[in-house]
Amino acid sequence: MTAFLNVQDVTKTFFGFTALSNVNLNVASGERLGLIGPNGSGKTTLINCISGALEVDTGQIVFEGSSISKLAPHQRAKTGVARTFQIPQPFHSMSVVENLMVPLEYIVHGLIDASNEESVYCEASEILSRVRLDDRRHAHPGDLSQVELRKLELARAIAARPKLLICDEAMAGLAMKEVNEILDILLELNSAGITIVMIEHIMQAVMRFSQRIVCLTAGRIICDDLPENVMANPEVRRAYLGS
Amino acid sequence: MKKSSIVFWIAATALPISAYLLPALGLNEYYLYVSYIVLQYVVLATAWNVLGGYAGYVNFGTGAFFGAGAYAALVLMLTFQAPLIVQIGGAALIGAAMGLCVGLLTLRLKGIFFSIATIAVAIVIETFVLNWRYVGGATGMQILRPPVPLGFETYTQMLLVVMTVLAVVSLAVARYVQTSWLGRGLQALRDAEVAAECSGVPTLKLKLIACALSGGLMAMAGSTLPLYSSFIEPHSVFNLNYSVMALSMAVIGGMSKWWGPAIGAVLISASQQFAVSASPEKHLLIVGLSLIVFVVVAPSGLIGLVHWLRGCLTSRSSTGRLNEGLIKP
Repeated sequence: MTAFLNVQDVTKTFFGFTALSNVNLNVASGERLGLIGPNGSGKTTLINCISGALEVDTGQIVFEGSSISKLAPHQRAKTGVARTFQIPQPFHSMSVVENLMVPLEYIVHGLIDASNEESVYCEASEILSRVRLDDRRHAHPGDLSQVELRKLELARAIAARPKLLICDEAMAGLAMKEVNEILDILLELNSAGITIVMIEHIMQAVMRFSQRIVCLTAGRIICDDLPENVMANPEVRRAYLGS
Repeated sequence: MKKSSIVFWIAATALPISAYLLPALGLNEYYLYVSYIVLQYVVLATAWNVLGGYAGYVNFGTGAFFGAGAYAALVLMLTFQAPLIVQIGGAALIGAAMGLCVGLLTLRLKGIFFSIATIAVAIVIETFVLNWRYVGGATGMQILRPPVPLGFETYTQMLLVVMTVLAVVSLAVARYVQTSWLGRGLQALRDAEVAAECSGVPTLKLKLIACALSGGLMAMAGSTLPLYSSFIEPHSVFNLNYSVMALSMAVIGGMSKWWGPAIGAVLISASQQFAVSASPEKHLLIVGLSLIVFVVVAPSGLIGLVHWLRGCLTSRSSTGRLNEGLIKP
């Protein structure tokens, strides 16, 4: 596996509060990385910095050998960085399938017109099948259940044909059966070649999914190791696992 | 070409021809005047909707763009004796440039902060014109109109045709924006701006395009005012009323479709014109109450109401459809 995402000495502060302090992180191509840490530890800030929703104060984000630190989020999405949101952010006024048309139009196909509309629609339907949401393609987000909203977030991210997918608590609020369903989808995506960084608090899911786990506390990485080693790490146990 | 496009372009051709033939019916000139005002509001409400409805950025600076268009036309007339078509084109360009500048300065603001900034822009521009002696300053300027061109008998007749063409142009622009890549992107950024950006939508670029188009169309609506009223002064031209009316018309008609604001404009401004002689205060009261009712009960306007009723009649689930196209806070 070759490293293709490098977070180099990234610091991010909000009005004097340091959310990330000299964070260094490498993610290899095809890897499944779990990102854990207590609330407020900087996990979401870190992925906001990677996806471009936030600008870094110092340091840089290198993706596939090129710095993407100065790129806007939509430009980063075009380089292959996609993400989901902790609180689902669907396009409410569009149907499920129309939600997917946005990245398909702006990232993949450039323009959707009469000549390619049908094939793009088929592509969107195929993506919805991959996340088991094809039977809800004409539904509006307001009519979807929590797990369906999570699947829609995933489907929209996949529609951007990402090389790196960052999932911010994609299983929050789900029952265990639904968690496993989302995990199965993520594992399938990974086996199709997509590198995945997953932020999650459900430790069973993190352990089942991750090849490597990084633990963040108070804006610093305190452990970066194999899952079993992270679980055995006393500092992680004290800071996050509570035992 | 799609069937809906064919219907649109047939109607777009038929409307100016109808406006041209209208005086032949022997109607009182007052009805032509009413039609002109109605169409002027069709342009303003449609232009407002490009930014306010599609992108969800509520602009209270309609009067600023309308006034800038009127004064741009006046300056072109005074300085170069430019013909009307040049005045309209020049005003549209100035409005678009102004929209772009306002967008660059204010579009990083969101919600109520953006709206307040647009009011500030209107005040700044009005203050500038108030102190500009070349165009009459605060006292305004009387315009000596040249003879009516193109064989029309009166300016009202000619400007009605011109305003019909401008209304068709603005509707065509709004329709294109809604049905093209622009519309999908604007709709996405209105619903969830960060998610749209992360889905590849260049949100700032799209907002600037919407600002420029909206500003250009609003200024275009104002460009015929100097010739129409033959007197121009800043207080009435930069009136906040234009902003409130354009917004009300779009909200009541429905912001999710290009024709929604036009429906709202026809209903409100036509009723306003006919109510002026009876009781303008009552009309204002009715417009205000209608706005409150629509915002609370049917924020997606008449369009959403019709969709919802149709959904009820066909016994399909109507959950949430009443809110289609709603601008979220």
